[in-house]
Amino acid sequence: MKALTKHRLFWPATALITLLVVNTVANPNFAKVTVQDGQLYGNPINILRESAPLMLVALGMTIVIATRGIDLSVGAVMAVSGAVALTIIDRADDSNRVTVVAIAIVVAVLVALVLGVWNGFLVSVLGIQPIIATLVLMLAGRGAALLITDGFITTVNSDPLSYIASGYLLILPFAFFVWVAAVVIVGLVERRTALGMLTEAVGINPEASRLAGVRSRGIVWSAYVLSGTLAGIAGVIYASNIKAADANAAGYLIELYAILAVVLGGTSLMGGKFSIAGTVIGVLTVQALDSAILFLGVPPAQSPVFFAAVVILVVLLQSPRVHRWGRSLGSSVRRTPQEAPPEVDDDRDADRAENVQKEAVR
Amino acid sequence: MLADTDVPPVVEMRGITIRFPGVLALDHVDFFLRPGEVHSLMGENGAGKSTLIKALTGVYQIDSGTIAVDGQARRFETTADAQRAGISTVYQEVNLCSNLSVGENVMLGHEPRGRFGIDWNGVHREAERHLTSLGLELDTRSMLSSHSIAIQQLVAIARAMVLDCSVLILDEPTSSLDRGEVEQLFSVIRDLRDKGVAILFVSHFLEQVYEISDRITVLRNGQLVGEHLIDDLPRDALVTEMIGRELGDLAALSKNADREIDRTGTPVLRASGVSRRGVLQASDIDVYDGEVVGIAGLLGSGRTELVRMLYGADRADAGTIEVDGREARMHAPRHAIGHKIAFSSENRREEGVVADLTVAENMILGLQAQRGWLKPVPKAERDAIVAEYMDALGVRPADPTLPVGNLSGGNQQKVLLARWLATAPELLILDEPTRGIDVGAKADIQRKVAELSEQGLSVIFISSELEEVLRIAQRVVVMRDRGQIGTLDSSDVDIDALIDYIANSEEGSVTR
Amino acid sequence: MTAVETAQPERRTLTGALGTFTSRHAAVLPTIAAVAILIVLLVGAQMYFGNFLTARNMSALLLDNAYLMVLAVGMTFVIVTAGIDLSVGSVMAFTGIFGASLLASGVPLVIALPAMLVSGAAIGLLIGVLVQYFNVQPFIASLAGLFLGRGLAFVVSLSSIRVEDPALLWLQSTRFRLGDWYITPTGIIAIVAVVIGALVMHFTRFGRTVYAVGGSAQSARLMGLNVARTTVMVYVISGLCGGLAGLVLTAYSGAGYPRNGIGTELDVIAVVVIGGTLLTGGRGYVLGSMIGVFVYGTIKTIISFMGAEQSWTHIIVGGLLLLFIVVQRAIVARSERGS
Repeated sequence: MKALTKHRLFWPATALITLLVVNTVANPNFAKVTVQDGQLYGNPINILRESAPLMLVALGMTIVIATRGIDLSVGAVMAVSGAVALTIIDRADDSNRVTVVAIAIVVAVLVALVLGVWNGFLVSVLGIQPIIATLVLMLAGRGAALLITDGFITTVNSDPLSYIASGYLLILPFAFFVWVAAVVIVGLVERRTALGMLTEAVGINPEASRLAGVRSRGIVWSAYVLSGTLAGIAGVIYASNIKAADANAAGYLIELYAILAVVLGGTSLMGGKFSIAGTVIGVLTVQALDSAILFLGVPPAQSPVFFAAVVILVVLLQSPRVHRWGRSLGSSVRRTPQEAPPEVDDDRDADRAENVQKEAVR
Repeated sequence: MLADTDVPPVVEMRGITIRFPGVLALDHVDFFLRPGEVHSLMGENGAGKSTLIKALTGVYQIDSGTIAVDGQARRFETTADAQRAGISTVYQEVNLCSNLSVGENVMLGHEPRGRFGIDWNGVHREAERHLTSLGLELDTRSMLSSHSIAIQQLVAIARAMVLDCSVLILDEPTSSLDRGEVEQLFSVIRDLRDKGVAILFVSHFLEQVYEISDRITVLRNGQLVGEHLIDDLPRDALVTEMIGRELGDLAALSKNADREIDRTGTPVLRASGVSRRGVLQASDIDVYDGEVVGIAGLLGSGRTELVRMLYGADRADAGTIEVDGREARMHAPRHAIGHKIAFSSENRREEGVVADLTVAENMILGLQAQRGWLKPVPKAERDAIVAEYMDALGVRPADPTLPVGNLSGGNQQKVLLARWLATAPELLILDEPTRGIDVGAKADIQRKVAELSEQGLSVIFISSELEEVLRIAQRVVVMRDRGQIGTLDSSDVDIDALIDYIANSEEGSVTR
Repeated sequence: MTAVETAQPERRTLTGALGTFTSRHAAVLPTIAAVAILIVLLVGAQMYFGNFLTARNMSALLLDNAYLMVLAVGMTFVIVTAGIDLSVGSVMAFTGIFGASLLASGVPLVIALPAMLVSGAAIGLLIGVLVQYFNVQPFIASLAGLFLGRGLAFVVSLSSIRVEDPALLWLQSTRFRLGDWYITPTGIIAIVAVVIGALVMHFTRFGRTVYAVGGSAQSARLMGLNVARTTVMVYVISGLCGGLAGLVLTAYSGAGYPRNGIGTELDVIAVVVIGGTLLTGGRGYVLGSMIGVFVYGTIKTIISFMGAEQSWTHIIVGGLLLLFIVVQRAIVARSERGS
């Protein structure tokens, strides 16, 4: 039992399950699943389907955060990718042809990949702080997306395109399979090769990793490329869902929701150790919360208030000061043995931790 | 001027105890500081020097004990409290704001104000006055960052003067200064002492301590060992008090230095004229098969800078590096690793271990980096490597799944040694591998280095403990003032001769 | 004790003077670059269009960007401490719609105005406390502020609220004229905010502590400065400016609208950086940020003169931002090598 509560996914999973249970008790419709023509429908299925864009973005964000970075440009990249895909389909003679849609998607994702390359270049080659480097594209990206769509919201009617977000494969939505595939592929690449460990090493201690011979430039760069590419796919799914390329609304605030999901999943914003399973739980939590707010009858536009509360709650739970309060509260109840004592030879540790903190902020 | 013990102390610290989780950092330490004296606080890493200073400056809160300044009991919650009581500190890493002007750094928080806020002319006038009183002529409107560390340190002292301090704490102020700069600093210190300021001085350099101090307090493992007038405490007695054992306690180990080395062939590594402007003057070093070459020199002598350039961690401006007789390009650590050179940094925490990764992951990190991310070290191989080195080096606790950050310094060092040995290097560069670790781990590491070199591994070994260098290395490269001054055969010199060589090949220096 | 000569020998040569200048005023260089860019833009536009540098046009430049200028003042404080505030756009939207709804329900401006400022400052206070006392990274803390502001704006009203209050409309409709030049009370508010901001930064101990914290928070603490209060205060100031910008924008558009200021935080950060403030903290000027706003406004005006897509503004500003960031990075890298 103790081993269970110590597991790093214990609290994220508990939060998600609690959220689901409370909502189901409050409103049984929340968990209602129906079968229609051999396909599953209902709110839980919707959550799985609608998670797709956030899941893809958060997946890339997890790896970027593990390198001590952040990618603020994902929303803008989604907008660009959606704009590219729909503009190609819109200009084609027959927007219902599968090949047209396939080409459009490939081109859109390639463009997103190039944007990821660009971000990675600024961070890993020029050494610009990630938050600043990705700010450039965050600012300019939507402008570019608007230019691609000539400032309009491009709408298309294309069955193959609609299928991506709304279609079913066997009994479940196709979009669900897209994100599951992405999670599995990224998980395999990170954990079956040494990439995951090297990424964590670079994120925890870049200088030690450099001296150990780790080629951190490539590792950091690849994280941004991955993030850009996944955001590109997310952009296509988003556009498919609304059957339009809306450069202003596509991926609006998604970078913030993605960061929230990653943190909810137990990956520290300070970089280093990351958990893909945690991110999956985090995204489902965000999506379930969104859905719960809707069930409460709150207008979607007001939901940011709830998320603000969640963000504040989560960062408070992670803050050292609250931990100290918790410890002093706990130790007054029962004397727990202290964990591994710090080394004596380092009374400068406190300052150093502060520097690390500052570093990360920048 | 020698302070009289009868003068009432300006600072009285009694029974100071500070506890960190699981560690007693200070254990009922008494410390007295009198006006008009330079008082050195001595001790090895972990003795509690910094902790004591931080207790006095309000950075740390004391768990028990009393602090009195000018006979008044005080409780410092912040640095500002201590400053108000007349206690100022100049730290090793200059704690000023390099983005502001010299004058502003002197006066920050104490700027003269007119009707419309800060009176800038007044600021610079005041700053100039304080700097001049220290014998400094600076453009107070220039940015602090445009000046050398030495000047910045003096600016920090000028700032302390603004606060009208009666106690000035100098925490390793000389570690990055050259000889002339130290002279300048010392003349300022003497001047302040003569004005009646109580000065607490911390330095790793014995020579400087003996040159400037009137009195010495020695700490060891968080406890007070003794307080002495400088004349009553010869150097060997001081060293004994600091390390708590006679020198040469480890001498029972086989004397690796006496082993004969065949130097007829091509050296594994030969560097000539390696230099970098403002960092390292042209230095030479060569290492043969199975040889241990020590580098002796004080902190800041250029020893770390030299090996970092050999390893490609920093770039040299000039000079050539040959590996096995062929010129090699060392622009990044992985170039050196490609030539089978390994380097373990003196800065274990920041440049060595990856704290949150496990012991096992840290051990294979070097090997994994070499193979690239696509070829993960197979589990069986990894387990074999980890088991071998856990055992051979005696890593404790013997659990490879622990985060390495939870291990003690000595065991972290062993993990780093394992990381490099796993890559089967031909040349191993160890920068201060035995610093700040316990005697047992120290002996383990020395023994392992001797054993490996006997098996043919070449080693460059840096240590502040000259005795250790002389015992392990067959030859010693001696460095001073950011450059090499000679290479000696270990069998030709003893420790006194080596100290003499480091200290005295130049006249009128700060060192004795 | 002998005086040690450390100052450069006085030599009245060009290089000597240049050396003195760079050793004293290197921090001003980016702002000078911003001024140069502004001049090139204005002169270039005048030569191209022939009717660009008119009193009308230049007066409109201030009028149209008054809210941005107010936000930039607060953001400069935050960025100089090496922080960042992503919440300003939504704080502006929230205080704007909040004020509009108060006025619509008959509350007089003398009460509505302080209410707007206080609610903006309160969100700033929340961010500051999270950053300072709970070690939350500024962009995460201000992200909570962003969510909160935007959500609250929609809680106040899901659609826009027209403002009929004569006092508020007066702020926008009044034009103090000097020949063809004019300025509105909103413009005066923006200029006053800039002047007060600049004076506080330069002539108060608080202002200097802001710079010290940005240079090195740890040093500032060890120097005995009140870092905690300063850090919290800069976010409060930024929130306050958000409230004031809410007022200015509501007056400008004659309505409160919960979707106002989406993405404005990015524009504000961009103009502050273009104005010469270092994103890594410790260097920057409120007056520089004002120049940054003018550069931004001029680019926008040029684009509308050309009849091109307004989305070009963000692309060009993004490009300028990139240019400044890369140059800043190069400067920092050089000073790191130098030391």
